[in-house]
Amino acid sequence: MTTFNLNGRTVSVHSPDDAPLLWVIRDELGLTGTKFGCGIGFCGACTVHVEGRATRSCITPVSAVAGAKVTTIEGLDPAGKHPLQTAWLELQVPQCGYCQSGQIMQAATLLKDYPHPTDRDINAVMAGSVCRCMTYVRIRKAIKLAAARMREE
Amino acid sequence: MIRRIGIAILAVALLGLAGVLLLSWRPAIAPIERPAPESFSAESITHGESLAAAGHCASCHTRPGGQLFAGGYGVNTPFGVIYGANVTPDPKTGIGTWSIEAFVRAMREGVAREGSHLFPAFPYNAYAKLTDDDLEALYAYLMTRQPVSATVPSNTVPFPLSVRALQEGWKILLFRSGRYQRNPSKSDEWNRGAYLAQALSDCSGCHTPRNSLGGEKARDAYAGAVIDGWIAPPLNQANPSPVPWTKEELFTFLRTGASPLHGAAGATMIPVIRDALALPVVPDSDVRAIAVYFSDMNHADARAAGVETATREALASSDLAIGQQYDADASLYAAACIACHYNAGPVPLAARPELALNSALTLPEPTNFIQVVLRGVGKTDGARGLVMPAYASSLSDSEIARLAAYLRRTRTKYPPWSDLGKKVSAIRRESENRSYK
Repeated sequence: MTTFNLNGRTVSVHSPDDAPLLWVIRDELGLTGTKFGCGIGFCGACTVHVEGRATRSCITPVSAVAGAKVTTIEGLDPAGKHPLQTAWLELQVPQCGYCQSGQIMQAATLLKDYPHPTDRDINAVMAGSVCRCMTYVRIRKAIKLAAARMREE
Repeated sequence: MIRRIGIAILAVALLGLAGVLLLSWRPAIAPIERPAPESFSAESITHGESLAAAGHCASCHTRPGGQLFAGGYGVNTPFGVIYGANVTPDPKTGIGTWSIEAFVRAMREGVAREGSHLFPAFPYNAYAKLTDDDLEALYAYLMTRQPVSATVPSNTVPFPLSVRALQEGWKILLFRSGRYQRNPSKSDEWNRGAYLAQALSDCSGCHTPRNSLGGEKARDAYAGAVIDGWIAPPLNQANPSPVPWTKEELFTFLRTGASPLHGAAGATMIPVIRDALALPVVPDSDVRAIAVYFSDMNHADARAAGVETATREALASSDLAIGQQYDADASLYAAACIACHYNAGPVPLAARPELALNSALTLPEPTNFIQVVLRGVGKTDGARGLVMPAYASSLSDSEIARLAAYLRRTRTKYPPWSDLGKKVSAIRRESENRSYK
């Protein structure tokens, strides 16, 4: 049994220690906002936060987050109104949407580290989050919009 | 004195104008009853159909979506929009009352049956070169079409250019009548092509630059020109295509609308091919003749030996890697590592371990680097709360080896690690035999 904090509440799960965190979150805990993409940590669709840092949950065994704070897209903001989420809506970033929760979780870490992200910063930190619909141009715009709003706050 | 000169100039101008108007007069040719379709031979009609296709008559004499030859297509000229006439044998709105004499005069002199001058947007300067037989065939074909009652819109040419009698001035300055003159030093095929290009298809109409009066600049024949917002490329040796327009390329292009070494037709060339030269009624031999004529004009034979090299060079220059930074190892690093390990600014962030400063890369052996990649970093292993997933199941031995070599090469000054692949698999085997977590 592994105990950790998910979106502010303590959860105990019975999946084996080496079960990927992603499976635990989706199948055992029923939060399906986090997506399964490549399964090898190369596409970013499964990105969640562990202790506030973007982490690929598909290759992170659940035992690795014992006692840690895990945040999924459902818990990024209690009202779903994180500046990234509102910017995403406003600029209609997603096309099919599958990768977008991972994109947003990765972008949240980016803005924490780089409140004034340059194109270079965005290219680098978002490089591991791929989008088959090629929404990159709008993702970049939305990140900059959210960054500007967060600086104003 | 100045006043006198002024008066003199005015007088000369007025005299000139009067002269032009006087010279401009042409008699009407008596209207006829539309000839019975049976009065034309089937052979002549078929021949005329082929000529009308190669001459792409329909492209100006048919409105988009309109009935064939019923007119109404607007030609954008620098002087205004001129609408193609209805050339169906309708007696009121078409040419149903035109005798062969009236038709031939229009084609060769640019004068309508009732005696008014046609605007040179109708390229009678080209059609003047047509043979009697071909004109008769065209007449036979047009007069046996279905008559369509359709009035075309009025031209938008402004006064005084709209005065048809003044077209006489244009003719005096810029129009030279005369049949096609065979060039005896060239082959029959070449001459056939030249005849079709000059007299029927009017290739120079788009591909030769014009002077301010709208006349073709004879010295710059086929040197390329701007037409309707596009460039009709040069057809002479000034054509800048890397590969010459050989007769094979030209034939394929003119017959199908595209050729492998030059691409696809655009703009007003599209109907010239799709609705004209590509039609089965135009014989291959005629299209090939035009190809022979223009391949000679751009000296394709002399440059034919270079086709292979030019093609190879062109393909090499558009290789996927040109202009893109494509480094497979850098891409692997970007996909797997950079989201967390990227740093900007003068000092690295604690939560973003900077590999360029890490001893895992500077040690003489890659052991520690390989271990961390395979096992990851647990929440309580290193920096508090930081978790790095284990990449043992997502990266192969050779991928880890590539990452190690790439980082050692780009992040340190030390010599490359040896036998990376072997070392990765040895460490992986060892760690699988032990249980760490």
